[in-house]
Amino acid sequence: MNVSVQFRKDGDIIQGFVEGELDTYTASMLREELDSIQLLEGLSIELDLSNVSYMDSTGLGVFVAFYKKVMKQNANLKLVALSSRLTRLFEITGLSELMEVESVKKV
Amino acid sequence: MRAFDYIEIRIPAKPQYVSVIRLTISGMATRVGFSYDQIEDLKIAVSEAVTNVVQHAYNGFEDGEIVIGSALYQHKIEVMISDFGSSFNFEDVKSNIGPYHEHNNIELIREGGLGLFLMETLMDEVRVNNEGGVTVFMTKYVTREQVGEDVGQIST
Repeated sequence: MNVSVQFRKDGDIIQGFVEGELDTYTASMLREELDSIQLLEGLSIELDLSNVSYMDSTGLGVFVAFYKKVMKQNANLKLVALSSRLTRLFEITGLSELMEVESVKKV
Repeated sequence: MRAFDYIEIRIPAKPQYVSVIRLTISGMATRVGFSYDQIEDLKIAVSEAVTNVVQHAYNGFEDGEIVIGSALYQHKIEVMISDFGSSFNFEDVKSNIGPYHEHNNIELIREGGLGLFLMETLMDEVRVNNEGGVTVFMTKYVTREQVGEDVGQIST
């Protein structure tokens, strides 16, 4: 079981496609991937979580830590394409009020 | 005849086995008849409890073990997660949990401490026993199709 992130850079925007299950075992892999982004002022980071099949508080913790780091650099972070499960997790923990979170588009 | 079937699993307290427990719990919950969403809730709650043990109870001590005992009833499941390592003060931990609030300063946002909150939110009942090691008991009931939980009595 692994977590991978594929990055795509377009000017001031970095897109990251996260894939896998996020738990205590894989959280450090995600943290390392996110820490590899060179944060510059004005940078917009968009993380697509549509292929995250499982997440618990350890995954949330990684995103919170990264969000703090991004804010400190005056950059932006947005989490997009969340499944209904992930959306629920961000809602019950109150995180969707703090961070920019977007659910997967309803067809 | 007993009202439940009991299944016990023993794993090393290592992070790579948390997903194994998740898979097993998912299989047992399917047996009991839980819905997809309830099974996902159970997976998170049990993972949080097991993760807690993996991260804290053994403090890097290599040979720790976790026992996960599950009682499968007709309409509910009881899961017990137990370690034989150090215990923590439940009330202390509990006073530190809860959801985030919008007015929180970014710098002060906690990066952890949501595990226990999630267990209590996603399960119907959570109890913690601190004697010797830490044992977490959690219960979840199968809910049938509902017409909203907060619907009051309808007058005719």
